[in-house]
Amino acid sequence: MKPIRRRTLADHARGFLRDWSLPRQFRGESPYSDAAKSSGSARLRPRLEEADKVGTNICPYCAVGCAQLMYAKDGTLIHVEGDPRSPINQGTLCPKGAATFGWLTSELRMSKVLYRAPHSDRWEERPLDWAMDRIAHLAKQTRDETFVHKLPDGTVVNHTLGMASLGGATLDNEENYLIKKLFSGGLGMVWIENQARV
Amino acid sequence: MPQWDLANADCILVMGSNMAENHPIAFRFALQAKQKGATLIHVDPRFTRTSALADIHAPIRAGTDIAFLGGIIRHILENDLWFKDYALNYTNLATIIEDAFEDPSRNDGKFSGWNEAKKSYSFESWQYEGEFVPSSLAEHFVNTTESFSDQTKRLQQGPTPKDETLQHPNCVYQILKRHFAPYTPEMVERVTGCPKETFVTVADALARASGREKTGTICYAVGWTHHSTGVQMIRAAAIIQLLLGNVGRPGGGILALRGHSSIQGSTDIPTLYNLLPGYLPQPHGLKPHHTLQDYIDHETTPTGWWHNFPKYIVSLLRAWYGEAGKTENGWGFEWLPKIMGDHSQNPMTLAIEDGLIKGLFLLGQNPAVGGSNAGLVQRALGKLDWMVVTDFAETETASFWYKGKPVQAGELAPKDIKTEVFLLPTSLAGEKAGTFTNTHRLIQWHDKVVDGPGDSRSDLWFVYHLGRRLKELYRSSADPRDLPIRYLTWDYPVEGEREEPDAEAVLREINGYTWPDRRQIEDFKDLQDDGSTACGCWIYTGVFPKNDHNQARSRKPDGPDGPGTHLGWGFAWPSNRRTLVNRASADPAGKPWSERKKLAWWDAEKGEWDGYDKVDFSTQKAPDYRPDWSKEPAGMDALSGTDPFIMISDGRGALFVPSGLKDGPLPTHYEPVESPVKNPLYGQQHNPTAKIWDRPDNPIHPPGDPRYPHVLTTYRLTEHHSGGTPTRSVASTAELQPEGFCEIAPELARELGIENLDWVVLSTPRGEVETRALVTERLQAFRVDGRLVHQIGMPWHFGWNGYATGDIANVLTAVVGDPNTGMHENKALTCHLRKGRLDRPGKGD
Ligand code: SF4
Repeated sequence: MKPIRRRTLADHARGFLRDWSLPRQFRGESPYSDAAKSSGSARLRPRLEEADKVGTNICPYCAVGCAQLMYAKDGTLIHVEGDPRSPINQGTLCPKGAATFGWLTSELRMSKVLYRAPHSDRWEERPLDWAMDRIAHLAKQTRDETFVHKLPDGTVVNHTLGMASLGGATLDNEENYLIKKLFSGGLGMVWIENQARV
Repeated sequence: MPQWDLANADCILVMGSNMAENHPIAFRFALQAKQKGATLIHVDPRFTRTSALADIHAPIRAGTDIAFLGGIIRHILENDLWFKDYALNYTNLATIIEDAFEDPSRNDGKFSGWNEAKKSYSFESWQYEGEFVPSSLAEHFVNTTESFSDQTKRLQQGPTPKDETLQHPNCVYQILKRHFAPYTPEMVERVTGCPKETFVTVADALARASGREKTGTICYAVGWTHHSTGVQMIRAAAIIQLLLGNVGRPGGGILALRGHSSIQGSTDIPTLYNLLPGYLPQPHGLKPHHTLQDYIDHETTPTGWWHNFPKYIVSLLRAWYGEAGKTENGWGFEWLPKIMGDHSQNPMTLAIEDGLIKGLFLLGQNPAVGGSNAGLVQRALGKLDWMVVTDFAETETASFWYKGKPVQAGELAPKDIKTEVFLLPTSLAGEKAGTFTNTHRLIQWHDKVVDGPGDSRSDLWFVYHLGRRLKELYRSSADPRDLPIRYLTWDYPVEGEREEPDAEAVLREINGYTWPDRRQIEDFKDLQDDGSTACGCWIYTGVFPKNDHNQARSRKPDGPDGPGTHLGWGFAWPSNRRTLVNRASADPAGKPWSERKKLAWWDAEKGEWDGYDKVDFSTQKAPDYRPDWSKEPAGMDALSGTDPFIMISDGRGALFVPSGLKDGPLPTHYEPVESPVKNPLYGQQHNPTAKIWDRPDNPIHPPGDPRYPHVLTTYRLTEHHSGGTPTRSVASTAELQPEGFCEIAPELARELGIENLDWVVLSTPRGEVETRALVTERLQAFRVDGRLVHQIGMPWHFGWNGYATGDIANVLTAVVGDPNTGMHENKALTCHLRKGRLDRPGKGD
């Protein structure tokens, strides 16, 4: 039976130096091949491997329309990157597109409804359902108070000039469709605009 | 044109855009073209990264683009550099215009038809000789109230009047030559400040990218649209491209580089006041739009594709009002609200300030930063009874009542502000499913991968559940004015605990289906005007052609040897056509102009059009087809096999626009509304039809006002996005561009004793802001009419919230707009500059 020899500090140091990629690179081994590796880097695994869900996304910033891949694990977003298949961006993203992960996970994001009562000097948290009911009530009230069925000359106009909506260029087509359908086709609002003129 | 098609161009002019910085990923295609030998040109008031990568940078004074482009048009015509076979066959170059037409050079800068009392034009003298030409509906502009209806029927009785020899003094060719004659290289230099040698190099390079073998592209962005002459700048580009034969061909065209992820989608499916989905006009209270029949009679063009208009409006009404729509009630047409005038964002600001608007929904927009005259915007918000903001973080707009300008200045306290404010957290892309339409009409689906945090919801959820509640509140109303909300179809399935509406169900309705059995429609050719089809947006038909086939989800790019049109990647409206007017990529006989620039061609054997792209033409119309005028043909039957512009009633590219534009049939140089100089070209100083709301809370100063000697232009940065919330609230982008600044030239800095990074104050009649000075040679002064004019640039993304902050540039800008679109003029105004800071209570350094 061979006697067990304990590894000394010097052994550890020699081992480390053997494993460390830099001395090997200085010795002339290729930094693009084995000399780039160490046992530490061999243990590293891509974060994406842990993902249990991948989806396709489109960059939420500008209208170039770069495609992205989104990775999540246990319902939490873990990574966003350019989709290499896209004929538009071929996997690349600009500084804004590359900030998508930071946008979705920003600490400045809200998760509660904030409400400011008339003349109040503070925000208050409110339940979503309460806010939705109150907004529906206000929208109905304003519409009913300002609705014009006919002009004095008899022209039917079926509109309200008392309510307005602004926004849409950052939203999905489906969202814009329902906004226009409800606000214009349902409520008779005419002040409906988005960033297209900004 | 698809953005990737830029790589096929032989020359690219980027103007009104800083493409390298603001559309960086698309700019890669411009660089690919350059690597293949194309000339890349940047014409811009500032020297930017786009200029740095271009072969030529031509500096111009902000707001003088039409003088520069008009110079190019003159250069092309005077030197006979236009593509004859293309322009003669595919444009209205030979068409004869009414005798009464008069050019602005004879009228001190105004066209014939000017009505001084109404401050607007009547269009009779701009028409084709003896004929009225309706404006193409797709170009349906703000406040178009003029009626041609019956007179336009002449278009069905014979070809438009032409002189193919181009000798007739009032043919478009001769009119163009006369109109642009004053735009000589010397005049270009005098107006724009660009050295005439540089100008001529640009004009030559562009004109060389023309003919059978070559094409060129013009790229623009809001650097063109944000002017009181914005539409006419784009028109000038269109004239150049039509003369050079660069429309509908690979590597040819005009590429609009738009700003938001779905700004094209929100124009097609418009959250805009003057349009219904698919570019149908919103009914107007002052037009003959009383009944559906009136509206159809008034708006349907007798010839061209828009003749199908009734099918699209009836199918939309069916989608919105379902079975409540009947032939007798015009499918519910009267329930659509009628507009009364301009209801766009600029007048909206004023209507809020004036107390007309009481409730406001803000769905992902931040007007306290992005709106013109932002100080006025912030004051106006306090006049509202209620305001609902849906966004992912607190925006400047949401916080106006405690952080806004009037509160900071001590003019108002929160207790003086009555507005009831709701701030609802929203889900972002990746937390909801749906489609975006990008700048080249490509509709791409995005998946839901995770839930948004806490109570955040999609805007789809918000609108759907608000609608559900409102329908409930109105359920038992017997009042006829409540019929539209009661009858509105609103039966979308919901999923999960959060009851998220199914976005695919909405997209299926947008695509269209048969009524009442709900079979998906594959192509808008199958839409009907008898109530048997329902369709939310006719141009999107085909995006969801079968119940289980969502084409926006398709992710099949062409391989390296493929044609490069990528027909399997997403869906481009209309009918997956990637390049509009691509019939013009073939010669009149239907043969590609050249092997190198092949896209669509006539296959005589099969008797149909074929190509690398879906053809934007009647697939079986032979090149030698001619209308049989004895039968008074309507619609597409009235266009010949050589008329590629199917959305225009004579099928020809409009070098001269007889109707649809408020400010003239041809682009004309006018000075910006606020300019440091007199218009060197005409007595008329600025666009006579410009929308100017000159009132005490929006004061405008006269030209050459010594109090405001410098030109100011606002712009965007790579690292920030528009109103800024989505990037100022993100650590990485905020770190890259942490605070506001303005750029000034070294000469001006010396003159005013300003050092780099000094605090400076900029002011206009609307307000003043303080910011840091970035002294840089990227900006330069111009000698205009013998006077040195300095330019200052200021990014407008900043505000008081988020990690990256700065004063709001739009406090300086004015509520002034283009007559056609109502777009503001924030790219060219004038200001005062001084070293120092504002006296603000409680500020630190
Ligand atoms: S990655 Fe950049 S260029 Fe691409 S869509 Fe996003 S913001 Fe636009």
